[in-house]
Parts: sequence; structure tokens; C-alpha cells
Amino acid sequence: MAAVKETIEAVAALEKYEHGFTSDIDTEYAPKGLSADIVRFISEKKGEPEWMLEWRLAAYERWLAMEEPTWAAVKYEPVDYQDLFYYAAPKQKEGPKSLDEVDPELLAVYEKLGIPLKEQAVLAGVEGAPRYAVDAVFDSVSVVTTFKAELAKVGVIFMPISEALREHPELVRKYLGSVVPVSDNYFAALNSAVFSDGSFVYIPPGVRCPMELSTYFRINASNTGQFERTLIIADKGSYVSYLEGCTAPMRDENQLHAAVVEIVALDDAEVKYSTVQNWYPGDPATGKGGIYNFVTKRADCRGDRSKVSWTQVETGSAITWKYPSCILKGEESSGEFYSIAITNGRQQADTGTKMIHLGKNSRSRIIAKAVSAGKSDSTYRGLVSVHPKATGVRNFTQCDSLLIGKECGSHTVPYIEARNGSAQLEHEATTTRLSDDQLFYAQQRGLSQEEAVALLVNGFVRDVLQELPMEFAVEAQKLVAISLEGSVG
Amino acid sequence: MLSISNLHVSVGDKPILKGLTLDVPAGEVHAIMGPNGAGKSTLGYALSGRPGYEATDGAVAWKGEDLLALEPAERAAKGVFLSFQYPIEIPGVPALTFVRTALNAQKRARGEDEVSAPAFLKMVKAASAALKMDFDMLKRPLNVGFSGGEKKRMEILQMALLEPSLLILDETDSGLDIDALRIVADGVNALRSPDRAMLVITHYQRLLDYIKPDRVHVLAAGRIVASGGPELALQLEAEGYDKYLPQAA
Repeated sequence: MAAVKETIEAVAALEKYEHGFTSDIDTEYAPKGLSADIVRFISEKKGEPEWMLEWRLAAYERWLAMEEPTWAAVKYEPVDYQDLFYYAAPKQKEGPKSLDEVDPELLAVYEKLGIPLKEQAVLAGVEGAPRYAVDAVFDSVSVVTTFKAELAKVGVIFMPISEALREHPELVRKYLGSVVPVSDNYFAALNSAVFSDGSFVYIPPGVRCPMELSTYFRINASNTGQFERTLIIADKGSYVSYLEGCTAPMRDENQLHAAVVEIVALDDAEVKYSTVQNWYPGDPATGKGGIYNFVTKRADCRGDRSKVSWTQVETGSAITWKYPSCILKGEESSGEFYSIAITNGRQQADTGTKMIHLGKNSRSRIIAKAVSAGKSDSTYRGLVSVHPKATGVRNFTQCDSLLIGKECGSHTVPYIEARNGSAQLEHEATTTRLSDDQLFYAQQRGLSQEEAVALLVNGFVRDVLQELPMEFAVEAQKLVAISLEGSVG
Repeated sequence: MLSISNLHVSVGDKPILKGLTLDVPAGEVHAIMGPNGAGKSTLGYALSGRPGYEATDGAVAWKGEDLLALEPAERAAKGVFLSFQYPIEIPGVPALTFVRTALNAQKRARGEDEVSAPAFLKMVKAASAALKMDFDMLKRPLNVGFSGGEKKRMEILQMALLEPSLLILDETDSGLDIDALRIVADGVNALRSPDRAMLVITHYQRLLDYIKPDRVHVLAAGRIVASGGPELALQLEAEGYDKYLPQAA
């Protein structure tokens, strides 16, 4: 299989963190620190309507009154929220209309990252150009969104959320904060106050989105928080597959990334949301630097028979705090969570999902695979909750942990609340160590130690990789190999 | 072709092989027989470089090269293949993927061109048919849920595809019924050639009815204590290993 071959080549050829470069882009900053004035500054920069500013200010007030959560199994130096830039934007002409108007320096960054922004190349049928639409978010702003026109032909709206606030304020106002309320948690409140960009997706009734949509997040500026906001609305009977990717330069200081993703699925709608998260994980030996990834992702399966599927491959970040969840309101709605969390060096991950069953006969499925190496620590934290009125609920949960070496940790913390006797909930969990027998067997057949680890780990996470769109599965497979380089001594 | 002289191997602090000397010329099949605990499997592991099987003395030359200085994967690329007594399960990795990854890793190490997917499939189809294996089984994770006999066939299939030059078969007959044994033995015999050397490690003579050895050696208490022609195997079958066991003091 080509993918495995590529995995192995990737191991051999690549540096430990290949996206660690910094780009020298002329950048405009808001003054450092956070205040109501900074919130106003961001809102004004974006040319937002008055109601949006008030919404942000209310969120800011709520945030001031909240305390940073400490229940996750992660340890880190407190974040100094006044020592961050909340807005950093590459200087360029106001809202480039086409790719030609985008700063070539910026395009070069994305080219280096392997992100296809050359819509023309794809349209012209250039060989090998992947056919999916990209919204490229650089620090605080979206720099370009491809295929907008082609998507508009079928009524699909795919644009930066800042633009959607101007062009489709009624849709944004109706749904923004309806899944993750501003006061949901500390980081969600912070995001609501200062988010600067992100993607907005609307799929009209009955439309099957003709291509994969993706947003690619890049943090470049130093001392800058990235607060993106993504809102996806799948109207009745529609379908969309969406992918998010992220990278950041190697820096000694920690950087904060506090995103909010809201998904609304109406009757018979289906949304597949995939993430390949590869933020800079910090120095593997000292733990210095790296991204704090404090993210709130939630889907509201509002409609009957609606379906949302989260797939995540988490390989980066110094600290991950993330629980993509589904509120299963609709009857026979279904939620899925497929996760691969790989930690190495000094990384810490506390991640999992919440499946809140409110609708009758709603179903959920959770497959979580944790791979821990080095001195890292990984926790699966999940909640399956069944409302008293939700009859016929089914859930299946499987949590598997693979330990590489003797200094890492892995924990599984499942919460189950069944308030209806008809619920059928299954939970399976395993913890295994990468076996010497398997390693030797693979080496005896000709694989080097690192190739053997990559192959075995890819086998361990295969169930989840299969849930990713194909191009990204290959990408993720490579990432698995790279993330575990040097994990066996 | 393979020359082992005065090999001492310890596992942990425990000496297992204590001065083993053995020569296998190109084109020959040598059987290693011996009682349980004599060090037969240790010999296979030591030759293939399993970590924890440390050579404390002696030397192994393979095609004139110091085999003990090489990593397991390097030995594999130079033609060393160990058919495991208990083949290992590899969850999530389809057998086809595993073997092709291994083959191409070896080819890269030797500076040869890799095998393309279609060419590989063609090779596998032919080889699996010869071993009367169901091709669909090869799409399943390697050895996971395979029966004992299927696992052994899988080992021989890998051997056929990787085309090694030093073939070490560790108790390949265990767990095989008579039909499977015949198929596996046919597979092994098909690989006999003037530029290959083969070590057949077995407790019972049965396998040697199907894979005819040129020489038979008795391994007891970590050393070769007797060597002879195929007739030695028959004698062992009749008399047992008692006379080779260390006498109680």
C-alpha cells in the first residue's frame, strides 16, 4: 500500500517537526493585552454590526467573572492573558478578491505547508492538484478562500466568518452561540469576546456539498493567541465533509489557541468533521514552548435522523484540552467520535467527547485510540449521558491505549449517566504496551526499529484512520510516524 | 556459507548456548534436533538478532561477513529469515501491507528498486496459490485470528516472497496436521537451491520425512553433541534424546 510506503519514507526523510518555520510577514497588531477596548478594536477592524459588538462585550464581561478550569489532568504555567496579542493580521490590501491579490509571501507559506490554494490549477486540471476548497486562516484573519464561486452555484456558502457577518448577518445571528453559549466555559467565553476569524459554512436543504471543505489554521506571529470561530450549518437533508488542519512555528514561549466550533445539523442532515491537529508540541526534551490548545467543539444534532461525526488526529500541541461533543436532540439522531491522540516528549493531552442523548432512539459511537510515548501523558475523558425521556438510546464506547516506553502515562476517565432504563450502553477499554515480540518480528522481516514502530502504531489506529477522507488519511498516517520518531530508545 | 564457531549466547544472565560450532555450506539443508530446553530456539533468535539474546563469545560468519555486528533489519536485508515457532499477531496491519512493506524495506536497504503494487499482487497471487491459501485472508490483519496452521503457512508465504538465502525454520511442523505439513514442506522444498542454506530446527523426525536434510545435528545443553546424515534423525526417533542429556551427577 502506497500509504504505508509513504509513512516509512516520511520517517526517514523528515525533521521532527517540519512546520516549525517562521515567516517574515508584515503584520499589524492590536495593542497587547485584553480589555473592552481591545474587543471594540477587533469588532471595528472587522466592520461588524452593532449587535455583534454587544455580543462580544457581554461575553467579555462573563469571561471576567469566570475562572480558568483546573479539572483536566494537565499541568502548565498559568497563562498571562495581558501579555498576549489578541489580533495579528498580515498587512495586505483590504479583502483580496482573488488569489492574484494575495501577498505572494503568504502564498509561499501555504505552498511550503503543502496547502493547495491554487484554485486555477485545479480548475485547469493540473495533475495531482487535490480538489477541495480551502479557507486559509493566518494568525487572526482569513487570507483566502478558494472555490467560493463554484460552491455558490449550488447554494453552499463557504467564507470567512467575518465576511459572513457582513453578507449573511441573519444566518450568523440565528446560529452563533446557539450550540456553545458564550458562558459555556472559560475559553469559550474568551473566544466569544475576541475571536477574529474562522470559517462559516451553510449547506442549503437537500444539497450534498460537491467537494470537501477545509480550513487551514496557521499561527505565525509570536506572543499571539489564535481565537478562531467556526460555524457550520447543515440544513435539512444536506451533507458536508469538512476538514481542519493546523500548524505553528517552533517558538520557545507557549502560544494560546482557544477555538470554538459549532455545528448545527437539521433533520436528515449529515456533517463529517475531521481534524488533523499538528500544532508545535514544544521541545521534546525540555517541554519548552508549544501550543496550548484549549478548544470547544460541539455539534447540535437538532433535527430528527441528523448525524454528526467527529474524527480527530491529535499529534501536536504542548497541551490539548478538547472534547468534541454531540447533543443528540433529534429522534434517531446519531453522533460519532473517532479519535487518535498521540503524545510524545512532554506533551499532555486531556481529550475525549460528550454524547448527550436527549432524543428518542438516538445513537452514539466512540472509538478513542491513545498512543503515548516519551514522558508524555494522555487522558481520555468522556461522558455518555441519557436523558430520562430518551428511550431506546444506544452507545458503544471503545477506548484503547498503547504505551511506548516506560515513562509515559495513559488514563481513561469515562463518565456514564443513564437516566432511562431502556438505554443500552457498552464500554470497552484496553491498555497495551508496544510489544517487543511485535517489534522484533517486524524487524526480522526487514523493517528498521522506527519503521516497525510506525507500522505497528498505524495498525493500532487503523480503525480511526479509515474514517478520514482519503487524502488526509495518508497525511495523518505520515504524521503518526513523524510524531513518534525517537520514541523507542 | 554459514559458519558458527564456539558461539556462546546468554539470555539475561543465563547461558543457553555454550560453545556451539556449526557449518552450513551453500545449497545444504541441515536439521537441528534436540530435547526441549537445549537452546534450539535460542539459536534461531541469536542468528536473527533478537534483542536480549546476547552473544558473549564466539563468532558467526554469513557469506564471509560478521553477522553478529548487524541489526536485525540489516540481517534480514542480507537474506536471514526466521520462520517463527509462534508467529506474532500484528493487529490492524493487513498481511499484504506487512509483507510488501518488509519486502520494499529490504530492497531499499540493498539499493534495489521497490516492487510496485501490481507486480507485488501478482507475486502474492502465485505464491499463495502454491501454498493453497485463500487470497482474501491476506487482506486481514497479519496472523490475527489465524489458526496455527494458517500462521505457519503465512510464514512460508513470507519466506517465498522475501526470497531469503539463510532460511531458519523453528519448529515449523508444530501445530500442523498432516495435509498442512505436506503443503508447507512442499513450499519449503521449492525454495531449496544451490545458493541458499537452510536450518531446520525440530523436535521430531516427522518433518524430516518431507524436508530431507543433508545433515542432522543434535543440539543438547547448548552445544552440538552429535552430527550425522539423515539416518541420525531416524535413530533419534527410535532411541530418544536420553543418551545426549547431561548425566545426573
